[in-house]
Formats: sequence, structure tokens, C-alpha cells
Amino acid sequence: MGENLLKTPLHALHLELGAKMVPFAGYEMPVQYKLGVMKEHLHTRQAAGLFDVSHMGQVLLEGDNPALDLERLVPQSICAIKPNRQRYAFFTNEDGGIEDDIMVTRRDGHLFVVINAACKAADIALMKAGLHSTDIVEITDRALLALQGPAAETALARLFPVERLAFMEGDMFPSDWGNVWISRSGYSGEDGFEISIEFDRAEDFARTLLAMEEVEAIGLGARDSLRLEAGLCLYGNDIDKTTDPVQANLTWAIQKARRAGGDREGGFPGDRNILPKLSQPAADEDRRRVGLKPEGRAPMRDGVQLFENDKSPDPIGVVTSGAFGPTVGHPIAMGYVPARLSEPGTRLWGELRGKRQPVQVTPLPFRPSNYKR
Amino acid sequence: MIKFTEDHEWLSLDGDIVTVGITDHAQEQLGDIVYIELPEIGTQVSKDDEVVVIESVKAASDIAAPIDGEVVEINEAIIDTPGKVNEDAEGGAWFFKVKIDDASQLDEYMDETAYKDLIA
Repeated sequence: MGENLLKTPLHALHLELGAKMVPFAGYEMPVQYKLGVMKEHLHTRQAAGLFDVSHMGQVLLEGDNPALDLERLVPQSICAIKPNRQRYAFFTNEDGGIEDDIMVTRRDGHLFVVINAACKAADIALMKAGLHSTDIVEITDRALLALQGPAAETALARLFPVERLAFMEGDMFPSDWGNVWISRSGYSGEDGFEISIEFDRAEDFARTLLAMEEVEAIGLGARDSLRLEAGLCLYGNDIDKTTDPVQANLTWAIQKARRAGGDREGGFPGDRNILPKLSQPAADEDRRRVGLKPEGRAPMRDGVQLFENDKSPDPIGVVTSGAFGPTVGHPIAMGYVPARLSEPGTRLWGELRGKRQPVQVTPLPFRPSNYKR
Repeated sequence: MIKFTEDHEWLSLDGDIVTVGITDHAQEQLGDIVYIELPEIGTQVSKDDEVVVIESVKAASDIAAPIDGEVVEINEAIIDTPGKVNEDAEGGAWFFKVKIDDASQLDEYMDETAYKDLIA
């Protein structure tokens, strides 16, 4: 494997567990372990899966009012996040496109922000340029693990009193592994936790969890199919610099306070493009992110072109993520189509190996999520 | 007689019928198989024609016909349950059977010992 790839603190453990390692966002990461993607996916849905997501960036924003400052860069109401609560957010650009999607938590005296691995450098540069009175401190001595699945609470509660955490709530837990930050969140569509822990404690902590009957190590392969079944976006595939939040169907993540007539209306990059679109009916040809269910059994993966019918010459859309959904038992996909064709039930055609195959627009998620509300 | 190709297919010759499948090593490399497209019965295939599509959880791959002939039978069971290939690649989860004209086309392929050396 490339010698310039970075390693997470769990690298040796991955190898010991027989992981297949692949380059991902500059890191050497486990794509699957001995169970294989399908069984790892199903295990996470049925019990608990442990994911190493230490490649993701962890950043502290410190200053007089980092929440208000961060609102210069995102269309979310960051000021309204209550202590120890977490919120999904995204950086926008002047055209209204999405630069990265992130998780923001208000902790004691600062904001804790988790950013995508591939966007780390760009996000930090963007914050350095765009924030006025906030120090941006990248955490470089903590691993990030995710424990996901219906048995995640049972497993983690043996080590920490995590039952008291609500969905999208976190807290710092002092322990034998040092101060461990745990939030009730994740990206699998399951109840679960994300755990930020010091580098040199991470492996022992991971081994303690993996020794539990409910817990298996899960690779990036299953992480991808789990998030796709849950209808969640992968940055770089389903959202990017060219997709605005309306096109990406992420308007639920823009709170009233930042919309037209709100207390802190606009004031983020691309607000002039995004705000009017929030209150106007969709233009027919403006694209929308939709769920897609191929009628056949062949998966339609990212890049598959979509057509309005089986003869029409020009594509009207494209698949941005596609896979077989192990829990639902059929192929699933997400992609972009014109708003006029975005109603669930609409039949479109995807071109696979030169042949047009029918595909239905479907509601997301493909499988109801099991969050602990 | 069983022969193996460098593309990790196995061929089993019985009279003038060759049964074609993929090796256990191949299914392991592919990962969980979720979709298989087989040629239609009656299709005349030529060596190196792409006749099978396999999709695993990871990616799509093509399988080429290792030999000239007419497809006389396909394994419907693996179309319905592609995961069978992960369980029994070198047994019940064969792909298709070809009636061949020229058995000497098999000569170029490896025997089991040579194939095991290849994947070792």
C-alpha cells in the first residue's frame, strides 16, 4: 500500500483482525473484515458494529462567540444549539453549493466540529478565512470510533452510563481510558454512539468492546451500504460544491432563524441563491436528490445515467450512490433527477451495460431509522 | 478433467460438454455476490466474449467465455440466489454449460496443481 498513507491508532488492530485495507481520503482504512460486507452490514442492523472513523477531522472552535461566528459559513442556527447538543450542518459556497457536511456540538466553552476526512484541509482553510474572532484548533491526538446498532447501548452501558444520553446529545465521561467524549449519534440509521478518545487509549478501548458478544468490527464497505439504506448523503457523491441544499433535499437542516424573516436571516455564503428557493415552488428542470429503486436485481452504481423513457436520447439525471441493500434485500440508489420527475412512484430508466433498465423514484430512507428519540 | 484459467474460472469437461464456473479464490476476492447475468441458452459464444456479469457488494465484473461453443444450459439457481456462489463456487454454483467443437482449446489451461501455485 502507498507509503504516504496515514494510519489511524487502530491500524495494527485492523491487520490483526484480518481486515482488507484500502486507501481512503489519504488513510489506509479497513474496507471489510473476515465477515465480509454483507454480514457486517446485517450484524450492525441486528446487534452492534464498531467502526474506526478516526480519519475524520475533529476541530474545536474557541472564542467569544464561536456559534455566532460559525453562522457566517453555514445556513444552520448554531446559536440555538443547547449545551451538549449536536446538530447536522454544512458549509456553503457563494453559488449555494455545499463545501462539506459536518456535525457541530456545543460543549463547555467551545464548539466541537466533526468534518469529513477528504475535506479536512479545505474546511480548516475555509474556517480560517471566514471566521472573524474564533480560534480553530484541530484535535490531532484523538481517535474517533462509532458503535452502531440496536445493541450498542447495552454494550457501551457496561463501560459508561450512556443510557442517559438522548439522540444527538453528548457528554464527557472520565474513565480509565482518560476523558472520553461520547455522543449518541452516527451515520448508519441505527441508534448508536460516536466516541472521541485519546490515541494511546483507543486500541485498548476498542478491544474491550470487541470482546463483547454483541460487537463486531465493521469496515467502510458496510458503513457505505448502511448509510445508503438510511438515505444519508456521502459527501463527494451525493452532495458536492455544485449541489445546493434545496437540490440535495437537505432543507430540513436549515432552521427558521436563518431563513427569510428569521431572527438571523441569511448572512452565509450563497444565501441569495438558497433563501429564495426555500419559499418558491421548484422549477421543473431544477434537479432534486431522490431515492431510486431499480426494478431488476442489478445494482445501479454511481455514474449510471438516467433517462425519462427507454428510448429518449439524452440523459435527464444520474445515480450518485448505488449498491445492494442487504437489509432491504434489493438494489438501492440515490441520484439527481429534474424536480418534475422527482415524485415517488415515477418510473425512469437507468442504462446498465448499454441496456435501459426500469428504476422507480422512491422515498428515503429505504429502511426506517432506529434513532433513540 | 478439470482445468483452470488465469481469470479464475474452472472448466470441467464431460464428453463434449464443458461446465464453467468461478473458483473459490475468485468468489473470495469478489466478496458477497448480489447479482449474476448469464448468457441465454442457445447463444454461440467465442473464447474471450464477455458472457457473464457478476456484481458483488463491491463492484461489477465481467467473465469471458473460456472456450468456443453453444450455451446448452445455465444455472438458474444462482440467478435467484447469487450468494450460492460464495458458498459453493466449485460445486453446485456452476455458471453455464457449453457444447464444444474442439476440446483441444482446453489444453492451454492449467491443471489444479498449476492453478494452486498461481494463487498461492
